[in-house]
Amino acid sequence: MTTSYRSTPPSPDSPEPPRSRPSALSIGIWILVAVVGAVCWGVVALVRDEHISAVWLLGAALGSYAIAYRFYARWISRKVLGADDTRATPAERLENDLDYQVTDRRVLYGHHFAAIAGAGPLVGPVLAAQMGYLPGTMWIIVGVIFAGAVQDMIVLFFSMRRDGKSIGQMAREEIGPVGGAAALIGVMAIMIILLAVLALVVVNAMAASPWATFSIAMTIPIAFFMGFYLRTLRPGQVMETTVIGVALLLLALVAGGWVEDSSWAEAFTLSPETLVFCLIVYGFVASVLPVWMLLAPRDYLSTFMKIGTIALLAVGIVLARPVMENAAVTDFATNGEGPVFAGALFPFVFITIACGALSGFHALIASGTTPKMIEKESQIRMIGYGGMLAESFVAVCAIICASIIDPGLYYAMNMPAGALGATLQSASDAVASIGFTVTPDQLQAAATAVEEDTLVARTGGAPTLAVGMSAIFSDAFGGGGQAFWYHFAIMFEALFILTTVDAGTRVGRFMLQDMLGNVYKPMGDVSWKPGVYVTSAIVVAGWGYFLYAGVTDPLGGINQLFPLFGIANQLLAAIALTVVTTLMIKHGKLKWAWVPGIPLAWDAAVTLTASWQKVFSDDPILGFFAQRERFSDAIAAGEVLPPATNMDDMHQVVTNTTVDGILAAFFAILVVVVLADAARVCIRTLRAGGEAETTEVPYVRSEIVAPSGLIPTKEEKRAMASAASGGDDGGDRR
Amino acid sequence: MRAAVASGLRGVWWYLREVSGETAYERHVARHRVEHPDHPPPTRREFERARQDRADARPQQRCC
Repeated sequence: MTTSYRSTPPSPDSPEPPRSRPSALSIGIWILVAVVGAVCWGVVALVRDEHISAVWLLGAALGSYAIAYRFYARWISRKVLGADDTRATPAERLENDLDYQVTDRRVLYGHHFAAIAGAGPLVGPVLAAQMGYLPGTMWIIVGVIFAGAVQDMIVLFFSMRRDGKSIGQMAREEIGPVGGAAALIGVMAIMIILLAVLALVVVNAMAASPWATFSIAMTIPIAFFMGFYLRTLRPGQVMETTVIGVALLLLALVAGGWVEDSSWAEAFTLSPETLVFCLIVYGFVASVLPVWMLLAPRDYLSTFMKIGTIALLAVGIVLARPVMENAAVTDFATNGEGPVFAGALFPFVFITIACGALSGFHALIASGTTPKMIEKESQIRMIGYGGMLAESFVAVCAIICASIIDPGLYYAMNMPAGALGATLQSASDAVASIGFTVTPDQLQAAATAVEEDTLVARTGGAPTLAVGMSAIFSDAFGGGGQAFWYHFAIMFEALFILTTVDAGTRVGRFMLQDMLGNVYKPMGDVSWKPGVYVTSAIVVAGWGYFLYAGVTDPLGGINQLFPLFGIANQLLAAIALTVVTTLMIKHGKLKWAWVPGIPLAWDAAVTLTASWQKVFSDDPILGFFAQRERFSDAIAAGEVLPPATNMDDMHQVVTNTTVDGILAAFFAILVVVVLADAARVCIRTLRAGGEAETTEVPYVRSEIVAPSGLIPTKEEKRAMASAASGGDDGGDRR
Repeated sequence: MRAAVASGLRGVWWYLREVSGETAYERHVARHRVEHPDHPPPTRREFERARQDRADARPQQRCC
């Protein structure tokens, strides 16, 4: 890599490379893609009264992604942002072998995708399927194209132009201390909720299932083994270690089936409360131990499992071509009385889908490690926009999984336990009461097929997804094995949720240490043991509280907490979009400010409406405080309201709804503060002539020649060849 | 045909090694030779250990 730089004056006005006319072949191909996509959309949206194949949804998604990536994303990158490949990226200017490292675009895409993809796009769409597959699918595809992928790419761009500053830092420096502080507190609070909800998904999947509990517990010793193997026996041999780890993992999965049929089963049949305790201890230990012992090896395992399973699922859907059993749009979309989550389509479908269409959390990644490793500015399209398209594709696969299973079974699995009652008959009756049918025999047969005691009230999304996945896999790859595939799917989700929980606890601890370091110096030192223990404990206690409250909530933890998680995540997106819209204006690009501005307006409308309803609605199934009033009135009258079964439950509902309501209001206020502060800055900028000083790092000419997209164009190949013959190794290293 | 498959597989292997960070040491040694030709580069064990210990202070955020 080059170490000396030639400084040149700021970039010329038109950074665009000379354009060649598109060939007739390329025009033909894009017309074909557009037609195929349009036909798939037509079938998905218009066919009624008969069940359509899931393949149409995949076609509609992929066709739309291709067009959006080729045209909209490229236009944003070139015209709106002015990504300039003659300008050196922070990775090139500051290369230090640590944070700043010029990284091949395909490798960085892998890192970025592994960092953004998690359980959110798998769980959200499963819950949103209660409104039918159409609203969810439409939002996943349209949302990612105009909001989610745009947010990720623009945040990545602005952070890259500032040497990889975080979204919190950008908020503080470009908006002001108030907006910055609100953004920072928002990030911290949102992370706590996120960890609690994700942990709740795992607890619900493991509770009373010895097979799942055993195989997931075994991932801990396997990770330890891998950690020590890499540290002492074979330093740096990651691939070899991962192959051994995956083999052990599959063995643990098969062994789970044996454990279930053995005398050990009882030892691994744990109540949700016990599992909460285990997770809290685990989260604390993982946050305190050095990363090489537990966290890093788990991360290798979960990344490979994640990408492998998602690829397998896409292939499985194409091979099995399952038929959608779910309705396109259910009555719950309009009447807002759905049992899985309360509220009508607007705004709650957008809140529930969360990560697959627009995820505020991605702004943390796109302003974290990724901008410090990018090789060429124009690669933001492939990495930022393209990475999010892949995440959206995962969400489409998830909504397919939830929609190919029988709707009666879907509701029997996802309604709150209190509503379903204790027997298969009562569950069947409860499902019938909302207009769907599933017989007790069918419920029993479904549970037997996957070798679980029962599937009734297995909320949280993971078990539903696993049932759908096991149906697809056993159909696509023949040979049945539904029970194996079910537990494979559970394990795969639990694995990377736990990775998020331990990585998140650690990141939360660092943030907290950073904040407390301002008050008491030693706290900021990340190796000062007392500080490490205290801050880890605080973070774990934070999400542990919500996890415990969720597990014991008589109204159903996931049903209560998931909307809060969705609101939090979407509000974080509102903060990120506000920061980048403000930056567009400060850079004198008011003309293009609508590109992040429209998704911001939409997202703010959705989330503030949802927060408003959650706080102020008089409907006790929707509004937290209305719910609280109903239960506290009943307590005053000495009554017990179902689904609570005793006075303790009643008091618990009152406590939980109070906390949840205050949090919903708190999140909304934070975002309003950031929005107001940003509006002040924007107005000041516009009054002063429409441009303001920003913290953008000045132009330095790049010495690297590398392609912009996945496949190098002819011109790029020529440029790389001529750079290589000049004796410089700054090109593509392959 | 066989050549195409072989080159495809080589590509996959290259990708996996790069993504997993297995090639970090090779890159470091190459850089070290250019910048400090008079010092011997660290051994693989020393390098990986230092890299792991640095990772302690820089947890990689994982998303939802």
